[in-house]
Amino acid sequence: MRDTTRTRWVPLLVGIVVVAVLAMLPLLNLSIPGILPGPTYTPGSLALMSLCMVFAALALSYNLLLGSAGMLSFGHALYFGAGAYGLGILLKAVELPLVPGVFAALLGGVVIAVITGAVAMRVNGIPFAMVTLAFAQAGSVLVRRNQAVTGGEEGLGLNTAGVPDWLVGVVNTRNLYWVSLAVVVIIYLAVLWVDRSRLGHLAAAARENDLRVRVLGLHPNRAKLIVFVIAGLCASLAGIAYLLLQSGTQPSAVGADLTITVLVMVVLGGVGFRWGAILGGVLYTILDQRLTVLARAEGIQQLPDVLRVPLSEPLFILGVLFILVVMFLPGGIAGTVDSRLRRRRGGTADAGLEAMDEQDVLEPVSR
Amino acid sequence: MNAPILQVRNLRASIAGQQVVEDVTFDVPATGITAVLGRNGAGKTSTLRGILGLISRKGEVLLDGERIDGLRTHRIVQRGVGYVPEDREVFAGLTVAENLALAERQREPRRDFVEQLFPALAERRDQRAGTLSGGQQQMVSVARALLNDNRLLLVDEPTKGLAPKIVTEVADALAEAARIVPMLLVEQNLDVVRRLADQAIVIAGGRVVHTGRAVDILNDVELTRRLLGVSAEEHV
Amino acid sequence: MSTLVLTLVIGLGLGALYFLVASGLSLIYGLMHVLNFAHGAFLTLSAFVGWAVAQAIGVSSWGGFLLSILIGALVGAAFAAVTELLLIRPLYERHIEQVLVTVGLSFAAIALFEGIWGTDPVTIAGPAWLSRTTPVLGASIPNKYWVLIIAAAVVLAALVLFLKRTRYGMIIRAGVENRAMVTALGIDVRRSFTLVFAIGGSAAGIGGVLAMHAMTYVSAHLGSTLRIFAFIVTVVGGLGSLTGAAIASVLVAVLQQVANTYLGGTGDFIVVILLAVVLLVRPQGLMGRRA
Repeated sequence: MRDTTRTRWVPLLVGIVVVAVLAMLPLLNLSIPGILPGPTYTPGSLALMSLCMVFAALALSYNLLLGSAGMLSFGHALYFGAGAYGLGILLKAVELPLVPGVFAALLGGVVIAVITGAVAMRVNGIPFAMVTLAFAQAGSVLVRRNQAVTGGEEGLGLNTAGVPDWLVGVVNTRNLYWVSLAVVVIIYLAVLWVDRSRLGHLAAAARENDLRVRVLGLHPNRAKLIVFVIAGLCASLAGIAYLLLQSGTQPSAVGADLTITVLVMVVLGGVGFRWGAILGGVLYTILDQRLTVLARAEGIQQLPDVLRVPLSEPLFILGVLFILVVMFLPGGIAGTVDSRLRRRRGGTADAGLEAMDEQDVLEPVSR
Repeated sequence: MNAPILQVRNLRASIAGQQVVEDVTFDVPATGITAVLGRNGAGKTSTLRGILGLISRKGEVLLDGERIDGLRTHRIVQRGVGYVPEDREVFAGLTVAENLALAERQREPRRDFVEQLFPALAERRDQRAGTLSGGQQQMVSVARALLNDNRLLLVDEPTKGLAPKIVTEVADALAEAARIVPMLLVEQNLDVVRRLADQAIVIAGGRVVHTGRAVDILNDVELTRRLLGVSAEEHV
Repeated sequence: MSTLVLTLVIGLGLGALYFLVASGLSLIYGLMHVLNFAHGAFLTLSAFVGWAVAQAIGVSSWGGFLLSILIGALVGAAFAAVTELLLIRPLYERHIEQVLVTVGLSFAAIALFEGIWGTDPVTIAGPAWLSRTTPVLGASIPNKYWVLIIAAAVVLAALVLFLKRTRYGMIIRAGVENRAMVTALGIDVRRSFTLVFAIGGSAAGIGGVLAMHAMTYVSAHLGSTLRIFAFIVTVVGGLGSLTGAAIASVLVAVLQQVANTYLGGTGDFIVVILLAVVLLVRPQGLMGRRA
């Protein structure tokens, strides 16, 4: 039996230190060449790090769905977009001030999550995944077609009238950084709370063995729906941060493509591990940015076409990386590290893709 | 004494992470019928499925002295193991003829033998198997295993849910088949066991708890009550 | 009246296209329980290669058109077979990884296509007859829809014949019902997996070339839009059922067209509503089996 005092306080202390360090970065003159475009106090670097945190938050919410509850959704971006577009539309069309606008957008996200979740959960496994995809597509179409309200293909700009001055403009990127940090901390705590709660345990048990949970007289579907909605709520919050950070949003924030991107993040980082999701979100965002820059580099441009074309497409490289990870390192970064540590201690994984295979998570469950 | 056709050593099997067979060790003689007895949920079906590799398993299984525990299911079956599953599992959308044709593995399958044993099937060759009665489906299921020159048959509760008259027909067919191929037979109907089985093993909690001659076990009232939860006398 | 006829025939034509893409998806899922996310990529590659072939022979010639369809079918089959052998087979029984690997393939393939052929749609042309119309009951039906309907009918007939009259077809039909029992009869189902992937890829390839002509352009994202409709059709029709896919394709497409014509362009939306309704009322789909 491990020392419970240590296990309780050490992670908390580590967390506080990490957050404190991150909070101080905008005030420091640290350079990480190759990764950050400039020292940590410059708007460019701050914007990049903020984006990393917004996607880390989104990845955390998706990991709650996939890793904890075992639900493969291709439509998670719908709730991210609902938050972003929701707030954007409320600020522009209804001219609500920021704070009520945020709450209204979050509420909207919850309502959409409840409706789509309830319908999608009429099936599970792969059919569930397909349905969530269809819903995200519907959202994407809705956004693209309604030019008047959503700005259509061009996207929706941020109406700064309702937004406090200290959140607007390049000079205030620092403040947006701190807002993003706050968002990722809130979502992390929310996800942690769910995982540790009875609700989270029920959902995880249902992921492992749906029938056993039912036989015990419990209602796994209710738990899963609640987890689904919470994950959607977190995604909406991340979407709101995204809107503020980017001073606008665009249709790609809603569709299946973004969900797949988040899926890539979570798998790369390690399904079922919170820190894996954060790592995946950050890693992907940085890779995406840096690979684009790399693609324009002299050395690459001079290669013969057969090599130049694939290497100039960062998404191709990321896709291949994803395939390789799925085939050879299904635990992702966090999972591989975790299994190395476990092997030394002697134990088996109970989370992550390999465990989910054993549990046959994608097989249709009879009602 | 002939060498056993099947040797199972420390078989462990699990389904979706749940251990269903703890540690099973037994031999199946090269002739006759060996019954597998036990209460519901004892692990009888899982033992058969573990032998075939249909569920995840560990341990040693030897068919005629050769290890088969590392092989995939279709390879084990190709080595001469026929399977008559619990709940029959015929292909409802295929006709009787197609169900049988699918099972044929050799150049000259034993069509005449099967037709002799189950004349009712010959009349229904083009009928969709899903529309057959339970008894007829059971015949298809048994016929599938008899079409090839198998070295061993694994038969799982062939009389389950059938009317008494059909139970007799199926038992007759199995008795006939047992003349040419040894069988490992999971069966809850103790009359059928008494009629057909030579040896028997009893499984409880995923382990073998008793082996011996079938007739001895069934005559031991206290044993049958304790291990099987039924009184063998009631079935006389 | 003529509007209705036009709407219905176009619906039928689009339904034919959806069927070409969904048939493979449905069979692959039915037999292997794998959701092939890369199905759209098979389609897109076949379209691009088919276009190159048509250009080489002469875009307005029927020879070029027919050859491009044939090559499209072959490219689709080859891409699919290679995918199954290299990516799916090594992940046997690891269903989640199998789905994820097709997601990754789709991701990488679309990026590669954009790199090779650019992000802008490429306008294509075909035999002159395709861009003309035929009058039917007062409506002017664009001829390309006839081609779609005929192609889908031919593919459906070929698939049904294959499934009913060949041993592999029998194995696939049995495997869709109960894969474990097929292995328990001594049959290596994995060989059928590659075959089913190849068949699905081939149908998708034909669909890709024809979709290109129907929309008069080809682009790296051609497959993505169709893929979503293919998913909806497969779920509505019932996963694993070929007849279900056929019926659902027509139902979805006709509904979409009717909504577009008479309900102000809401076709895409109505289709998702249909999906929701089917899920609420009959989750296993029209012809699907209860799990």
